[in-house]
This record gives sequence, C-alpha cells and structure tokens, in this order.
Amino acid sequence: MKTAIIVFPASNCDRDAAMAIEQATGSKPAMIWHGETSLPDLDLIILPGGFSYGDYLRSGAMAARSPVMAAIKQKAEAGVKILGICNGFQILTESGLLPGALMRNSGLDFVCGMETLQTANHDTAFTKALANKPYVKFPVAHHDGNYTADEETLNRLEGEGRIVFRYVTNPNGSARNIAGIINERGNVLGLMPHPERVIANHLGGTDGVGFFKGIVEMGNTK
Amino acid sequence: MKAKIHITLKAGVLDPQGKAIEGALTGLGFTGIGNVRQGKFIELEVSESDPAKARSQIEEMCQKLLANPVMENYEIEVLG
Repeated sequence: MKTAIIVFPASNCDRDAAMAIEQATGSKPAMIWHGETSLPDLDLIILPGGFSYGDYLRSGAMAARSPVMAAIKQKAEAGVKILGICNGFQILTESGLLPGALMRNSGLDFVCGMETLQTANHDTAFTKALANKPYVKFPVAHHDGNYTADEETLNRLEGEGRIVFRYVTNPNGSARNIAGIINERGNVLGLMPHPERVIANHLGGTDGVGFFKGIVEMGNTK
Repeated sequence: MKAKIHITLKAGVLDPQGKAIEGALTGLGFTGIGNVRQGKFIELEVSESDPAKARSQIEEMCQKLLANPVMENYEIEVLG
C-alpha cells in the first residue's frame, strides 16, 4: 500500500502517524510538504494532527487553502483514501471534503485525555477490520473539536451511517456525540481522536494498531 | 479602497466564548447583560476603485476564506 503523510507548518503528529503506518505496512510513508502541487501514485493520504499555519482565522482554514490541497481533492475524487486526524479533520471540513465545521469546545477548555469511542459504522474501508470491536479507546487533544452542522446535514450523516465514531462521554459539545465522519463515497474519513497515539503499550494503549492494520488490509483486498 | 468586514457566528450556533465573556461581565457586577456574541473584524485595502467591484471581490474572499459559511455570517462595509 502506497501511503503519504502531508506535513504542514506546525503539524506535530506527522511522525506519530508515520510510525503507525510503518508498523502497519512495514514500509515508511512518503512525507510530503504542504507546498507541493502534485502527488505521486498513492492509496492512502493522512492529514496529521497538530496545528497548521498557527491555525489563524479558524483551525485548519489556512491549510485547507494551501497548494497541496488541490492535488488532495483530485486524489479524493479519484477514490484514494484520505484520513484526517484532529487538525487533519479540521482541514477536511474547511476544504469542503467533509461537511460541517469544528468549533471551539463547548466547555472552552482544551480537552486532553483518553476517550472511549463507539464504532458506529463498521462497514467502511476504515473500520471493517474493527468488526469485533464495538468500542475503541483513542486519546483526544484539541481545543476545537465541537462538531457542528445544520440539522439537515446531521440527519443525513446519521441516516446514511456516515457517523463512524461517537464519543461515549462527549468531551467537547460535539453534535450527536460525533467524533468522526466519512464522506458520501466512503473514502474520506475525519476524526478528532488520535489513533496514531495508541500503537504500543508504553504509549498507553494499542487500539490504534488494529485501526491502521485494518485500513491497510482493506486497501490490499480491494 | 478600504473595507471593513465583520464576521459573526450565525444565530443558533452556540458561542462558548460569548457565553464566557457574558459570565465574566456578570462577575464584574454588570447586570442585565444577555446574548453576548463574539466575532471577528477584518480590515483590508484593495486597489480596485469601483465600490461595486471592490465589494464583489471582497464577497468572494469571504466565501472562499475569510468566513466559514457553515457557521458564520459576514457583513462588508466598503469605505470610499
């Protein structure tokens, strides 16, 4: 599986994501700077967590308009899998690849800690391998994770099974306890929690291992 | 040509920062305050000298970057 991680100025989970990918695939992902305007042949692109461009204006707003995003949109249209984690999720909503927006947490605090998530849809290219896992534990670390969209969009997401992860205990005021959603086509997933931070026991958990392995296995069997 | 842009959260979108400001004002002893909403103010200059053209240019900027239409409204004021 050919993978790449996009590096924005102030991304800080890019190397964690690279480790998770290397663990799952046995090979290193390409690390691609946000200034690139073309992308190689890829099966999976990760927009990592952290910050981007100081998150000026709105979290992910500047990054969503950076040079590499036009190429990412083309890849998304071509069916390449795109995974946005935390700031990557914010970039996906800001760029219009996913609906809605991520606002300041309702409690105003930066939330940081382990969250139990319900895997609300196992029938996606990202979660099929989690079929025997109704719940996973991934940590969160964000200030703007409060998912919002109009009622019509929320109803559509819910009706179409596009809410993929839900918080069991809502940490940020997110509508319908949304922790992660997928696009209509099923190849673009955004989630606020960090699966790449739980890939070894000494990191506090291993639920991320199965998550990334699953994406790779699904990718290889397509 | 100078322009001022006010960006505010849409009605009905929860504004936790506005709520915190409201709480702090109440804490300072101000009474009778309600509906505090926090927004953004952007000032910019464009070389375009026709006000209508300048406005439509800025309108496009708001749509494409300055505001997030999912949760925000914007108001443009073009100054001569």
